[in-house]
Formats: sequence, C-alpha cells, structure tokens
Amino acid sequence: MPLRRFFFLLLFLPACFTNKQNQGEKLYAEHCASCHGDQGQGLAQLIPPLAGADYLKEHRDYLPCLIRQGQTGPITVNGIQYNQVMPGHAELSPAKLTNLLNYIENHFGNHATPRTIAEVDEQLRACPQ
Amino acid sequence: MRLLPLLLLAASLLTACADDKPQRLPILGEREVVPRPDGGPADTIFATAPAFRLTNQHGQILTNKSFAGQAYITDFFFATCPGICPKMQGELLKVYQKYKQEPRLAFLSHTIDPDHDSLAVLREYSRRLGVADAQQWHFATTSKDTVFALAKAYFTAAMPDQEAPGGFAHNGTFALVDDQGHIRGLYDSLNKTEVERLLKELPILLAEMKERKP
Ligand code: HEC
Repeated sequence: MPLRRFFFLLLFLPACFTNKQNQGEKLYAEHCASCHGDQGQGLAQLIPPLAGADYLKEHRDYLPCLIRQGQTGPITVNGIQYNQVMPGHAELSPAKLTNLLNYIENHFGNHATPRTIAEVDEQLRACPQ
Repeated sequence: MRLLPLLLLAASLLTACADDKPQRLPILGEREVVPRPDGGPADTIFATAPAFRLTNQHGQILTNKSFAGQAYITDFFFATCPGICPKMQGELLKVYQKYKQEPRLAFLSHTIDPDHDSLAVLREYSRRLGVADAQQWHFATTSKDTVFALAKAYFTAAMPDQEAPGGFAHNGTFALVDDQGHIRGLYDSLNKTEVERLLKELPILLAEMKERKP
C-alpha cells in the first residue's frame, strides 16, 4: 500500500515543477510585458527587445541588479541605442529573479544555462550601491 | 437536422440585410433633440469632439480645423510613462503602419505631462517610435488643465495621481473621431480584440467619408 501511495504522489510532482517554471512566465507578464512586449520584442527605439538581445549574453552577471535597480541612460542593444527609463523592481526576491531570468533567457528564441538561486544571490550582493 | 435549413435561411436573411444598407458606426456621446420652431420633425444634434488648440512636436498649432476632411485616432500618453503607454503606443503604431499611406486618417497623441514633455522631448519620442517625419501623427501639448479636460471629452480617464506609476493615472482608450468631429468608436488599446475591432471599423468609417465627399 505505501508503494501505491508513493506512485500516487509521483503523479503530482511534474505539476509542481511546471508550476515553479510558470512563475517566471507569470512574473514576466505581470512586471515586464507591458513594456518589453508579449514576445519580448520591445518597441521601436523606445524599449529594447529581450528576444535575441545580445545584451543578455554580454551582461549576464549584471542582469539581476539591472532588474532590481532599473536602468537609465544610453544603452546599446543589438547595435541600436536606447535612452529611456526602466523603473527598478526592488520587490523581487532572489528566487523570483531566478525564475524570471530563466524564463527570459530560455524563451523568445533565447538560450542560456539555467541560473541557480545561489548564483543570483551572489550577483545581487555585487550590485553597485 | 431540421435546424439546418432554418439556420441557412437565417444566414441568408442576415447577409441580405448586410448587403442592403452600408454598415455605419454609431455616434457616441450625448445627443440633444431640438424641436424645430416651425413644428417640423425635431433635429437631433450629436455631441462633437471639443474645440482645441494644441502645439505639435514640430511647433505647429493644431486646431479642429487642422483635421478638416480627416478622421483621427486620439490617445493620451506621456514620454516617461512606466505603465501602459508602451503597449498603447505600440498598438497605435501598428494601426499607423497599416494606414500611413491614407491621407484621410490622422493620429493625435496628447501628452498628459506637459511640464516634462517639451517639444524637443516629443520630437525625440516620435523619432524613437519611428514616425519622425510623419505629418500624419501629431504628438501634441497644451496646458495640464486643458489636456485633462480633453481626455474627459474623449472618454479617456487621465488625472494626476501620486500613487500611480509615473505620477499619472490614465487608461489606454483610443477614440476614433470622424471628419465631422463626431466620436465614432472607443477602443481599449490594452485589449487585443478591441484593437482588432478598430482595424475592422476603420474601413467602414472611411467608406462613409467617401460617400460624403466622393
Ligand atoms: C516601464 C517600462 C519597462 C518595464 C516595466 C520593464 N522594462 Fe526593462 N527596459 C526598459 C527600458 C526603457 C530599457 C532601456 C533603458 C535605457 O534606455 O537605459 C530597459 C532595459 C532592459 C534590459 C537591458 C536591455 C535589453 O533589452 O536586454 C533588460 C534585460 C530588461 N530591461 C529587463 C526587464 C525585465 C526582466 C522587466 C520585468 C521585471 C523589465 N525589464 C521591465 C523598460 C521597461
């Protein structure tokens, strides 16, 4: 009987995992999509794209800080210069940032090694004050 | 299966109706029924868009007359808006890209933050949106009081609000105004099906304008 129960529980496991994965997607829809677009496409020369953005690869370690603190001043993404204001998202915990970044970095045609919470935690500690 | 012939009949009747009369968009807003002094049938006077005098990104004065012979789509935004504006202006950009060859349609985006959005800021914003040379899309400014009153007249909520992102609360309504100044449609730009409705209804209005002025 205990074995049966074990298998029964197993049934729920995949659901748990996808749920956690969905957190990134939900956070994106809630906090980012209004600006960066449903497909991470950005908007003309006002908002830089996340889809296929070279910036993500080149500034991988800095991204948790960027999302937390926001971004202003000229910034070049895929050869185009942007210069607007992105507000910070100080309320996002390291775990949420991890799920959010894993979502962005592996959607919209992007591919990257998944981040761990410990890694993101470390990167946050190195944020410019 | 008795239903089928009935449905077919209904469908044919429906299409027959649609063929008969050209489709018309409603006229939105208050209407006033004015009795005629001679006792004839009363006239119905429809509300029109308010009178305005604005300055666009090129420093040109815009009044209602500037849109003679044109319909226009109007919205309310500000350049540093962290909330819904990028989405809203992105949707309007899609409509613009479809209609930029159409001289009978203009676009009028009002800034609700005139203190910050100088003509230079508006020019820069339009350049970055990719519509720099557009005579067809105006990014217009006026006093704060005026712009909030205008927003209300176009059925858009816009007001200063310390709690809202960027300091202003507003919604993303597009108002479609015809060549006679009547508001013919209101669309929530944040809702995909509403923007699709706008794209469906625009040709209906343009066809009506063509009948008026062939
Ligand atoms: C108010 C609009 C807005 C929101 C909301 C927003 N961003 Fe941004 N984002 C921008 C702008 C504008 C820039 C460029 C800033 C500049 O010009 O310096 C930017 C830049 C970026 C960049 C670096 C450039 C690039 O495209 O790779 C990343 C990464 C990014 N944002 C991720 C996010 C994430 C993740 C969220 C959600 C938590 C988010 N943004 C929410 C407007 C926004």
